[in-house]
Amino acid sequence: MAGLHEDLRDIKEQDRYDFRTEIDYAHRSRRGIGEDVVRDISALKNEPQWMLDFRLKALESFFEMPMPTWGVDLGTLDFEQFYYFMRATPGKQRSWDEVPDAIKETFEKLGIPEAERKYLAGVETQMDSEAVYSSLKDEWERQGIIFVDMDTAVREYPDLVQAHISKAVPIRDNKFAALNSAFWSGGSFVYVPKGVKVEIPLQAYFRINAQSLGQFERTIIIADEESNVHYIEGCTAPQYTEAALHTGVIEIFVKQGAHARYTTIQNWSRNVYNLVTQRAIVDADGLMEWVDGNLGSGVTMKYPAVVLKGERARGEVLSIAFAGDGQHYDAGAKAIHLAPNTSSIVTSKSISKGSGRSSFRGLVRIGRGMHSSQSRVVCDALLLDPESRSDTYPYIDVSEDDAKVEHEATVSKISEDQLFYLMSRGLSEQQAAAIIINGFLEPFVKELPMEYAVELNRLIQLQMEGSVG
Amino acid sequence: MALEIRNLHVAVEGEDILKGVSLVVERGTKHALMGPNGSGKSTLSYSLMGHPNYLVTEGDILLDGTSLLGMPPDERARAGLFLAMQYPVAVSGVSLYSFLHAATSAVRGYGDQSDTATRGRFNAHMMPMREFRKEVNDELDLLKIDPIFLRRYLNEGFSGGEKKRAEILQMAMLQPRYAILDETDSGLDIDALRIVSEGVNTLQRELNIGLLLITHYQRILNYIHPDVVHIFVDGRIVKTGDFELVEILEEQGYEWVRQELVGGQK
Repeated sequence: MAGLHEDLRDIKEQDRYDFRTEIDYAHRSRRGIGEDVVRDISALKNEPQWMLDFRLKALESFFEMPMPTWGVDLGTLDFEQFYYFMRATPGKQRSWDEVPDAIKETFEKLGIPEAERKYLAGVETQMDSEAVYSSLKDEWERQGIIFVDMDTAVREYPDLVQAHISKAVPIRDNKFAALNSAFWSGGSFVYVPKGVKVEIPLQAYFRINAQSLGQFERTIIIADEESNVHYIEGCTAPQYTEAALHTGVIEIFVKQGAHARYTTIQNWSRNVYNLVTQRAIVDADGLMEWVDGNLGSGVTMKYPAVVLKGERARGEVLSIAFAGDGQHYDAGAKAIHLAPNTSSIVTSKSISKGSGRSSFRGLVRIGRGMHSSQSRVVCDALLLDPESRSDTYPYIDVSEDDAKVEHEATVSKISEDQLFYLMSRGLSEQQAAAIIINGFLEPFVKELPMEYAVELNRLIQLQMEGSVG
Repeated sequence: MALEIRNLHVAVEGEDILKGVSLVVERGTKHALMGPNGSGKSTLSYSLMGHPNYLVTEGDILLDGTSLLGMPPDERARAGLFLAMQYPVAVSGVSLYSFLHAATSAVRGYGDQSDTATRGRFNAHMMPMREFRKEVNDELDLLKIDPIFLRRYLNEGFSGGEKKRAEILQMAMLQPRYAILDETDSGLDIDALRIVSEGVNTLQRELNIGLLLITHYQRILNYIHPDVVHIFVDGRIVKTGDFELVEILEEQGYEWVRQELVGGQK
């Protein structure tokens, strides 16, 4: 693991040199953590007192709470080295020349349009999609859908925000949730009224004036009774950020009979610690689906959770992780059954290449009295190289006799016979391996909207070549 | 113009399986290779295709004069060799359609990834979809395969007969100059056998394929009539003749060949 952290440090050093004097920030907090920084952020955002209080309380919790001692190695994570708030000067953002070549090359290989590249590299904070956006926006407004960035939500919908923030992910859930609660910036706020079915997935990049994937994004999605919404965060292109720490918190509330799906594919640059808390509370007859792809970052800890609170609530977590050289994922899912007749399905697929390491950590809890509940956990790992590694840590805690829990885990390698078969049809070894891997990931990919599936396939191919930034 | 096997010796995990096989399959001719179980027939087919576990210890394999030794299987395929396997493996999550598309593109030269002009453009190295679809549909008709079949994952849950049809469909799309059919008849019922055989005959004729048909039984040979018949025992071709040989074999079994061999050695 020493190698990984050396790499991370190296990249960080490089970032500092690349960007140190060039960027003109309207505002940047001092390096490190402190009450002054929290007050500063809150003041700059013109936040109401309750939000400042929330942040300060969270900061206190952050100081009190211990670092996790399991999962990935966070031994070299030094909170004092990061900036916790940065706001670029409008019109004076980072220039394209300053984006590291490795990132530019990757964009090139991915064939991403110029406009999108700049956006993704942080050169522009919005895409040239205003026309598309505004027509969608009218439609959403007509249906009573709220889709804004969190800062706007705090100003314009304080009651809704106050009623939901930290209700799925409490401040003290874990140290990083506390950190996010104190320093959050960016993220989306979504409210879908009763019975409204949102036809087109809500995508973060449609949202104007947003640093959509901030380092401490806070997202709240409320799917009111009998509504239906699919929210997509992120993009498959590498997300470059100077801040090497990403701790998002996503809270989703699925009301009675509603259906929410949250899809994210993270491809942070390799210098990033990605420590995310995602949790959904699902009422009776509701359905929550997390579709979670992980390709980037140096280390990742994230366990999308479903809390099945109402009878017949259902939760699904479908995730993939592709750990390339030097990457370490400790990811998985949690299913907490708090009502009878609830069901959960967890499907995890991981690929480890080179010295990459991918661990699955899952928790299923079915308490006494939650009769007729069931859970099925399937995790499949594919190891591409002899030194690749995969571990499975399933925690199953069932106190109800009338509950059914299944757990299946497989670890496989690409078989020689499969390679030979595909190669005998003219495909190079690399193409053959990529096809086998795509097949392995198919259950995930087929859940993605077309454009994401296409991009993911390209990314996998690049990851296979070992050339992703 | 021939697939030429010269004194081929092959070892698998240190054990000699092929002990000097020599055989010339001219373009456009049909050869049958018959032999009992365990005689090394499948070893021959895998060796020709370049399976890494099959070590050529002596001899050579030439395709139109160029040695295949040292070429990985994909290069052999692109050079015009095809092997319809006895036990095609399943690849989960990969539809027969997308696999065929990738393979066809690779063999027909769309797959040249070193072409920097197209690098990064998705599908730039693939055969144009419309063209591909049209050709596939024609071949599906030829082999009487339901198009829905293409959506299934490659060989996953296929019946024996479905696997064999899928192999011949691949052959049709990859348009080889030489093809080895390794017990393509096994697992086929009588109707499927007829359809597949007719498909093979059509392809063989149209593409002028040099065919090496490996089988136990006569029945496929009644449909695909071989020009030359070889009898293969214990890692060697022990007898070569015309169709008459097949009939003798059907009547008297391989025991007859063994007897003859023993007699010959005495």
